[in-house]
Parts: sequence; C-alpha cells; structure tokens
Amino acid sequence: MGSYLSINNIEVIYDHVILVLKGVSLDVPQGKIVALLGANGAGKTTTLKAISNLLRAERGEVTKGDIQFKDRRVDQMTPNEMVKGGVIQVMEGRHCFAHLTVEENLLTGAYTQAQSRAELKASLEKVYQYFPRLKQRRSSQAGYTSGGEQQMTAIGRALMANPEMILLDEPSMGLAPQIVEEIFEIVRDLNQREKVSFLLAEQNTMVALRYADFGYILENGRVVMEGQAEDLRSNEDVKEFYLGLSSAGRKSFREVKHYRRRKRWLA
Amino acid sequence: MQFFFEVLIGGLLSGVMYSLVALGFVLIFKASGVFNFAQGAMVFFAALSLVGFMEHGAPLWLAFILAFVVMTLFGIATEKFVLRKMVNQPPIALFMATIGLSFFIDGFAPLLWGNEVRALDIGLVDEPIPWILDNWNMVISKFDLFAAGLALALVALLALFFQYTRIGRALRAVADDHQAALSIGIPLQHIWALVWAVAGFVALVAGMLWGSRNGVQFALTFTALKALPVLILGGFTSVPGAIVGGLIIGASEKLAEIYIPPVMAGWFGGNFGGIEGWFPYVMALLFLLVRPEGLFGEKHIDRV
Ligand SMILES: Nc1ncnc2c1ncn2[C@@H]1O[C@H](COP(=O)(O)OP(=O)(O)OP(=O)(O)O)[C@@H](O)[C@H]1O
Ligand SMILES: [Mg+2]
Repeated sequence: MGSYLSINNIEVIYDHVILVLKGVSLDVPQGKIVALLGANGAGKTTTLKAISNLLRAERGEVTKGDIQFKDRRVDQMTPNEMVKGGVIQVMEGRHCFAHLTVEENLLTGAYTQAQSRAELKASLEKVYQYFPRLKQRRSSQAGYTSGGEQQMTAIGRALMANPEMILLDEPSMGLAPQIVEEIFEIVRDLNQREKVSFLLAEQNTMVALRYADFGYILENGRVVMEGQAEDLRSNEDVKEFYLGLSSAGRKSFREVKHYRRRKRWLA
Repeated sequence: MQFFFEVLIGGLLSGVMYSLVALGFVLIFKASGVFNFAQGAMVFFAALSLVGFMEHGAPLWLAFILAFVVMTLFGIATEKFVLRKMVNQPPIALFMATIGLSFFIDGFAPLLWGNEVRALDIGLVDEPIPWILDNWNMVISKFDLFAAGLALALVALLALFFQYTRIGRALRAVADDHQAALSIGIPLQHIWALVWAVAGFVALVAGMLWGSRNGVQFALTFTALKALPVLILGGFTSVPGAIVGGLIIGASEKLAEIYIPPVMAGWFGGNFGGIEGWFPYVMALLFLLVRPEGLFGEKHIDRV
C-alpha cells in the first residue's frame, strides 16, 4: 500500500526479561505530524527508540513484529544507518553536548553528511533561520544555555543531518508554556516548509494534539486509542484522562473509580 | 641559584614526557570512560616494536611508520575483541580488562620481539647545549630539549585536531554524551578505535623518547605509570591538566631529589637517596586529600 513509516505489532523486551511494548502498531504518513501520547512509563520513548534503533544500546530488543520505513525493513539497522536513511531521534531531556558550543553541537549533527564547507555553512544558516536565538548564543557552551535553548539546539542538531523524519521525544519537558508554544510553532514550520514528518512523543496531550494531525494513546505498552487529532481532542475519555478537563466539572471519587473501570476497559 | 634553575628546567623537560603518557590515558578516558591501565604497557610495546623493526634493517622513519601501524592494529583489535564485548559493563570491569591487557602485552611483546634490553638510537645525544652552558653556565640537555619540543608539538597538534576537525568534534561529542552521539549517527565503535590508535601513537612517541634515553626494557611499563600521579594532579579528563600535571611532577621530583635528602639527613642522619622514585606518589596522595578532582578536573555542568 506504500506506507511511509509503519510499525507492525512490535514487542520490546529489555534485559531479556522486562516486557515493555506488548504489540504496538502505528503509522506515520509522509509529511504528517503524529502524536504519541500517554502517561509516564507508557512506552513512548521505547517506541521511538525501537524505530531509531537506539534500543540495543540500552539492552532492549524488538522481539516480535517489524518496522518498515519506505517499504524497507529497518528494525535491524544501526542508528548510523537510520540517520543516513533520513530518520533521526531527538532524545528526551535534550542531551546537548554540554562542553561543546551551540554551534559545535549543530555541526556534530552533520557528521553523517558528506558536505563541503559551503554546504555546511548553508545548513547552519538554515538552522539559524528557524532558531534565531541560537545564532545569538552560537559560541556559548551548550551546558550553560537555558532549557528552551537546549531544546532548540537538540532539534537544530538533528536538522543538520538533513532528515525526512524526526522522532521528537517530549520537547515540552520542563519548559515554560510560551517556550513550548514557540518550539511547537517551529515544529509546524519545519513540517510545512521543509516537509519533515514528525513522530512526537508527549505527555503534554493538550499542546501536542493542537499541532498534530493524528494521535495514538499508549498505555502500559499498548495502543488504547487512536484517531484524528481534533477527534481525540473532543473525545470525552481523552479529556477526562489526559487533558484533566471534564464537561461535568470536578469529578467525585466515585466517578474516578468509574473512570478507572472504563480505562481498564479501554485497555 | 643557577643550579636551582638547572634542576628545575631539567625537571620540566623530563616532565613533558610524563605529560605525553598522561595524555594517552586522558584521551581514552574522556572518549570511552575506560581507565586504560595498559597505557604503560603500550609505551613498552611501541618502543619494542620500533627497535624490532630497526633491528631488521628498517631506517628510523620506516620503523616508526611500521610501529605506528602495529599500534593502530592493536588499538582496533582491542576495541573490537575486548571493549566492544564489554559495552554496558560497569567501569570497574573495563578497568580490570585493561589490567589483563597490560599483563598480556608485557608477556606477548617480548615473545614477539625477544626480551633482552635494547638500545634505541634515534641520532640524538644526551649532552649539554654549549650556547646555554657558555652564556648562563647551566647544563641543559640537548636531548631533553628536543624531546620536550617534540612532545609539545604533538600535544599542540592533537589540540588543534580535537578543536577544529569533524572527527575531533565527534570525539569530544562522544566524550560528553555517548547516547546523544549515537542518536545523531556517530558510530561509537569507529570513534573508539580511532582514540585507541591515537593513544597508540602517543605511546609510540613516548616510547621512542624514553627508550632511547634509558634503553628499551620492561621497566618502561613502570616508568610510564608515573603518569598516574600526573593524572591525579591534573584531573583525569583534562588535556591541559595532563600537560601541567606532567610539568609539576617532573620539576618537583627532580627538585625533591636534590633538596630533600640533605634536610632529611640533617634531621635523622643516614642516606635519603632515590626520593625521585616515590615522591610523585606522595605528592599525588596529599593532593588527593585536598583536591580530589585534580587541578583541571572538568567541571561537571549541572544545568544539563
Ligand atoms: N533501559 C531500560 N531497562 C529496563 N526497563 C526500561 C528501560 N527503559 C525503560 N524501561 C521501562 O519501560 C517502561 C516504558 O518506559 P518508557 O521510557 O518507554 O516510557 P515513556 O512513555 O517514555 O515514559 P515517560 O513519559 O516517563 O518518558 C517503563 O516501565 C520503564 O521502567
Ligand atoms: Mg519517555
């Protein structure tokens, strides 16, 4: 059918015994932003790492199912091959190189690209166009920049690898609401102007669903719900469990119990 | 006073050699978090290979290149057959592996090249520089000066390499955060193999200089371990620390050798020679109590 990124019923085990993903399937169509939502420990990061193949460095393994990117099986590749193939992960918690300057951080992102000096310079300029703040901080050590600037550095660094698809893990983590908004605006821009597809893991369901086209909700290593972003946003259960709102106002304890039951049913 | 400076300068010059060995440790430690106990043995192995090739009739430059090839292959093999198998093991296990490696080299190298003490002639004589002798009345060895110059040039070259090249940058990135480096497609294995090759090169230069001064022999392994106090002083992750630490250790051990024994003899009577052998370790111990992270221990940036 010519899908773009598709994950088919994968199971992931850490350390040979800890079963974390129990049959996850999802699709990211080309040029779309897809949100992967869920609470702490649901398995969002694990899913992204399964795609980028960073899993093995943490003694995790895809033991069932398969992952296809542009109709090629990619679950046994190395992270280096994935990046060269156009899929790159921006890890949760930013992970900038603290002792390198912002610009050096960006330059390391081009490691896999055989680029001339001029091309490298052009790529840098493009990143600075999207993140003008980074240009100002280009010669500061990344470890001393603010959380928002680090998140921008991490995304900019990934852009330097010329990706078609970015796996973005919790970009909103620990950031003030305006900064989160600023970063998501840039994500949308990159998606529209550079045609980069995104798989976006977020706990911040509200914001993620405003920018995404499609969403999956993960719970305990399973997909419990999926749908168009606007449908999910207006879905009563999603509102209850993940957005913390309810049309009926504050919930009573009994209602909570009732929802717990429904939640189990959803799973 | 002239004599004092003579001892000081001699010490500083010999200290540069400690810096060189310490640098080998720092490179590997920074990039892979492995404390490579085998660095001393690598100095020995490199010097032995160099002499070995020269005995087979190769001129110095060719023997140097061949020895470098041997060290590079050794580095790649170590990465591939020892360290790669041990990824994700605790640091102490990796450290033990390098101790094993050290003993392996100490046994294997003589097997390959024979175990008698060899002289290594690189065409430099250990004699005073006449010009300094005439003008300042100080004995500064030509050999020491050349060795120090070579070591400094090598250090400067490495610094430039790390600062300004694509690979150098990748290497610093790996040193900062393995995971992140992996995530942007830097193949850790290549970088590690490269670091071992560079450490092998540094060991080769150190081995050549030391070997030609003291003869190529097993004791080189231990001389090279003088890099340990240098590391404690300079910090395990700091290139400038390795350099400054080497200078301090070199200078202070020579000064101690000259000036402490008379004082001690005055207090306790008897003979207090050979201070040079243990003074650096005592200094390192005292230093550990005061400043365990070393002079230049890299600051951990907490905001990340
Ligand atoms: N390296 C690992 N070894 C063993 N278990 C792990 C490992 N990494 C994650 N887990 C477990 O897998 C489960 C899913 O973790 P994961 O990090 O994928 O969740 P997440 O949805 O990203 O959560 P968060 O929102 O907190 O980032 C958790 O129970 C976690 O404890
Ligand atoms: Mg996570």
